[in-house]
Order: sequence, then structure tokens, then C-alpha cells
Amino acid sequence: MSTTATVQDRPVAPKANTLELVQQSWIYRFLLFPIGQMLIFIAGATILLTVIAYAIAIAFPAPNPNIDLVTQINRQLPGMIISGVSIGFVYSMIALGYTLVYGVLQFINFAHSELFMVGSATGFVVMKALEDNGVLKEWNPILMILFMLVCAMTVSGILAMLMERIAYRPLRGAPRLVPLITAIGISFFLIDFVRAGFAITRNEFNLTYPVRSLEMFATPVRVAIGETTVNVRTTSIMIIISAVIMLVILNYIVNGTKLGRGIRAVAQDQTMSGLLGVNVNLMISLTFLIGGAFGGAAGMLFGMNVGTITPYVGFLPGLKAFTAAVLGGIGNITGALLGGLTIGIVEAFLNGVLVYYPALGQRYTDILTFSVLILILIFRPTGILGKRVDEKV
Amino acid sequence: MGAILTVTNLVKSFGGIAAVRDVSVNVEEGSISSIIGPNGAGKTTLFNLLTGIYKPDSGSIMFNGQSLVGKRPDQVNKAGMSRTFQNIRLFPSMTVIENVMVGMHSRLKISLFDAIVRTKKFYEQEAHVVEKAHRLLKFVGIDEHANEISRNLPYGDQRRIEVARALASDPKLVLLDEPTAGMNPQESTEAMNLFRKIRDELGVTVVLIEHDMRVVMGISEYIAVLDYGQKISEGTPNDVRNDPRVIEAYLGRRTTSTEAAQ
Repeated sequence: MSTTATVQDRPVAPKANTLELVQQSWIYRFLLFPIGQMLIFIAGATILLTVIAYAIAIAFPAPNPNIDLVTQINRQLPGMIISGVSIGFVYSMIALGYTLVYGVLQFINFAHSELFMVGSATGFVVMKALEDNGVLKEWNPILMILFMLVCAMTVSGILAMLMERIAYRPLRGAPRLVPLITAIGISFFLIDFVRAGFAITRNEFNLTYPVRSLEMFATPVRVAIGETTVNVRTTSIMIIISAVIMLVILNYIVNGTKLGRGIRAVAQDQTMSGLLGVNVNLMISLTFLIGGAFGGAAGMLFGMNVGTITPYVGFLPGLKAFTAAVLGGIGNITGALLGGLTIGIVEAFLNGVLVYYPALGQRYTDILTFSVLILILIFRPTGILGKRVDEKV
Repeated sequence: MGAILTVTNLVKSFGGIAAVRDVSVNVEEGSISSIIGPNGAGKTTLFNLLTGIYKPDSGSIMFNGQSLVGKRPDQVNKAGMSRTFQNIRLFPSMTVIENVMVGMHSRLKISLFDAIVRTKKFYEQEAHVVEKAHRLLKFVGIDEHANEISRNLPYGDQRRIEVARALASDPKLVLLDEPTAGMNPQESTEAMNLFRKIRDELGVTVVLIEHDMRVVMGISEYIAVLDYGQKISEGTPNDVRNDPRVIEAYLGRRTTSTEAAQ
């Protein structure tokens, strides 16, 4: 068997045309395809919601006669889209953790929101340490973000692996309810552990990222669109860029490498994968590592964006990301991306529109977002992209 | 040639029911052997014990000079034994070639770092894997479907993918669990030729569980017969065919005229 053969030597199907060749090249498969997919999802959700927003504005004029809702929406639209997309990417990254773990173990890791929180707290600790040592302003901001991301991902990823090893692996084969309750227990433990840690070392647990001291993040970028100018927060741009890069890498790992092949094999048939020489436990550990790392990265980016976090910060984004995962179809990686972006954009639009109805107010955003979860569970429990689960033997 | 697989006094019970009782089997290297028996005789349980899905209660399994008792399925695979299932167990939403590539998992020495940086080693390995997968698919005769999703292929072709996948880890021995179930005579003749080709061209020892007596008698050099978890007979096809205990297990005891009269 010759090892000198190249990929180009593979026998090409007789009808191979240019399109097929393009589809086979890795630039298409691992770069253009995932980015194109994201753009389509963003565009689709945005167009749909814009139409709905205008329909609402026309059907229900704001109670205050001095405000013309249509012009307000005109002015706010670009801002709503950008903030929707950036929070949407955060939800997508968390939702990936739920979906990856569900894919291999058919189990919802409800402690995943705490991995997000730990990532967020790690980001704070690192940034604070940089500030205390007086190097925060000297470092290149991109290098600093990268460093914080790597720290948050490492801590959350390793924590996720430990979680699986210590708490979930001994329960494999137990009734489904048992690991679920364990997950809730771990969640409480982590929240209080982190809270106690900060209470002892800092005597407070409102953690404020020293973002304001950096000029780059303190002043928003002004972008002129037509007559209106839009203030775009630097952190939003940072989230979008980091998320796109990480999602492209994840798509490559899952669909283009031996590790991804192993994970997909374990997700489809654990016993058979074992028989084919795939180390099932290792693959499950690595799935938790990847999911945890994404949760941690999302937590750190979220922390930078909102500025102040607490040990309880994981709950709401975690629940919304879970909604996103269910919306897209749990167990489906593309679905997590679609669901996250949709939920993020829905939320941004609701925030933008509800403020003009004093009787409702922005607080109704969460209520309406979670109604999405209820509606999906009633009408399409498999989610938008989900399929009927293959029969397990 | 010596024995590649020696099973001695293997026992496995589920609750109070002994699924495999004191079974000893010798498989010669480079042979084609069959394990037959009525439904529920413990054939598939024996395969599950060999491949590490179940742990035996007692007894020993020596394969290629090492003990397989207590090994995980992936370790058994590394030792050089692979198998197919009675009901097809492909990865349904992967392409045909990806299914075969999963079979090479344990033979691939490539790190995530290599894959992300796309080093020279990665390209060489990837090219090698793709080339080998195509070669295996050609071997079983379905290379033209390499890039199709496996669940869309007809039943007979899915069986072939399973065989190709089982061969992907360069095993010394393959266990095939009812590989011709549901095939018509034409297809099962083709399958028999394929099993011979596996032994003759790849030098892989083949062990079958089979119900189709035409296949069993036509291809096997050695047959072991199980009934109620016990080995009741073994030997060449001719020995087994004429063994009264085998006939009894399959057809029931012949009632003598005196018994019938009573």
C-alpha cells in the first residue's frame, strides 16, 4: 500500500463537473460553507423579524402619540441587528455545549450554564490580574482578548471533563432522571463554590470587568448608515469575530478530522464505535472538553459585553441557550447555531420594540422568548432542523 | 498453522439463565469457520463475549497470543478482531466512505494539532486513509457509492459496507454475524465468494454465525454447533451433518415406533 498517493488521486465519479470539484475542496467545505450558513441564518432571521416588527408598529401604534413607532424602528434597526447577532452568537456557543453532549449521551447537561459562569469568572480574574499588574493598557488588545479566551476555555473545558469523569460516568446506564438531577446538584455546587471563593478572597461577588479603563472598549464605533449614525460597541464586534472564527474551527474539527469522525460515530452508535476501535470514553471526555471550552469562551465574551457579572450569571443565558438548542433541534450542531442566532435576534427586536409599550416594558422580553420554547415543544418537539431520532438498537 | 483463537470453558449467565455454558472452541489461523445452532443457542452471546461487549463469568479467551478477557471493545479491536452485526449497524447519517474511515480509527496516528495546522503528515495520512477506504470499497464492490449517505443504499450494499468497515482496521480475524440474512440465493452466493476472497486475498481468518445451511456447508472448513449454550458437536461439515445430536437439536428427536405406540 503506497503512502505517496495524494488526495487528488482518488477516483472521481464519471460525471464530476466543476461544481462537484468545488464542493469537494476543503476551502469550500470548511470555510465558505459554514460562514455562508451563518450569513443565511442571520439574514433569514433578520428579514423575518424586521417584517414582524413593522407589522406590529403599524397594527399597534405606540400609546404615546408623540412617538411614531415606524420611524423609531427605522432608526434602531441596524443597532438591533448588531446587538441581536452578537448576543445570538453567545447563545449559539452555549447551545453547542448542550447539543454536543446531548448528541453523544442523550442527556441534557443542566450544569452547562455554570461552565459559562466559570468561564466568565475566569475572564474576570485574568483581566483583573492584568490590571493589578499594570500591564492591561500596555498589552495589545487583540492579544489580551486571545489570552483571556484561552484561559476561560481551558478552565471551563477541564472543569467539564472533570464533571463528566466524576459525576456522570459512574451514572452511565442509570435511569435518565438520575444524571439530570445530578446535573442540577453540580450546578448549585458550582454557583456556591464560586460565590464562596470570591466572598473569601474579595469580600464581594459582583465582578466588574475593568473594561471601562480601556479606551478601545469605552467608546463605541460610530457607523453612518444613510442619515442615521449607529453606535456599535467594540465588544459586539469582538464577540462576532471570535465566535465566527471558533465556529469555523469547530465545524472543521467535527467534519474534517479523525477526532470529529470518532465523536460522530459515538453519537450514532456507541457499541459499534467501540467495536471499531474508537475509545468511547475518550471521545465522550473530549466532547465535554469542547462543549465546556465553548461555554467558557461564551462566558468570557458575555462578561466583557455586559461589564459586571455575578456567580448567578449563568442561569438566564444558559436557559435561553437551551431554548436555542431545542429550537434548532437538539443534538444538531447546525441547529444550535440557527437556534442561537434566532433567539438572539428575537430578543434584540423585542427589547427594541417593547420599550414603547409602557404597559408591557422590556421585562416581557424573557417571557416572550421562553414562550418560544413552549411553542416548539408543543408543535415541533424535534426543532427546526431536528429529525426523528434514529432507532437505537 | 496453529490456532489463532482459543476459547476455553467460557461461561456467561444472565440472572439464572446460562446463555453460554462451558464452551470451548479452537479456530485455526487462515480458516473459515462457522458457528451454528437453533435460535437462542447463545451464538451471538459468544460473539459479544469475544468482542468485549459482555464480560465472561469464567473461562479464558486467547487470541493471537494474548488474553482478551476483561478487555474493552476498542482494545479487542486493536488486538486484531473485528465484527459485523446481525442487524445492520452502520452510522446511518455518514457517507459510505466515512463509515469505512471510522473503521480505521485505531490505526491512525494523527493528532488534532496536525489536523488543524494541516501538516505534511496530516496530508499524507489523510491521502492514505482515503486511498485505503476506496480500495476496501472496491474490494467489496461498492466503490461507486463511496460518497452517498449510507442509509440511502439498498440492504445488500449496506451489508457490504459493514464488511468493508470491519476490514478497515486490518484485522487478523473477522466475526460475521449472520452476514447473508435476508439475501436471495444469488446474493448469498456472491457473499460466499466475498468471504473466500477475504480469506484468500487478505489472509484474514473468518468466523461466521449462519443459518443458511447452503452457505455453511459450502464454505466452512470447521463448524461448531451450539444448543442451549452448550457445544454439542464440532468438526468438518460432513461430521456435523451426520451427527445425531445435531439432527436432534434442529429437527427434534426421532420418535421410535414403540414410543409412538405408547
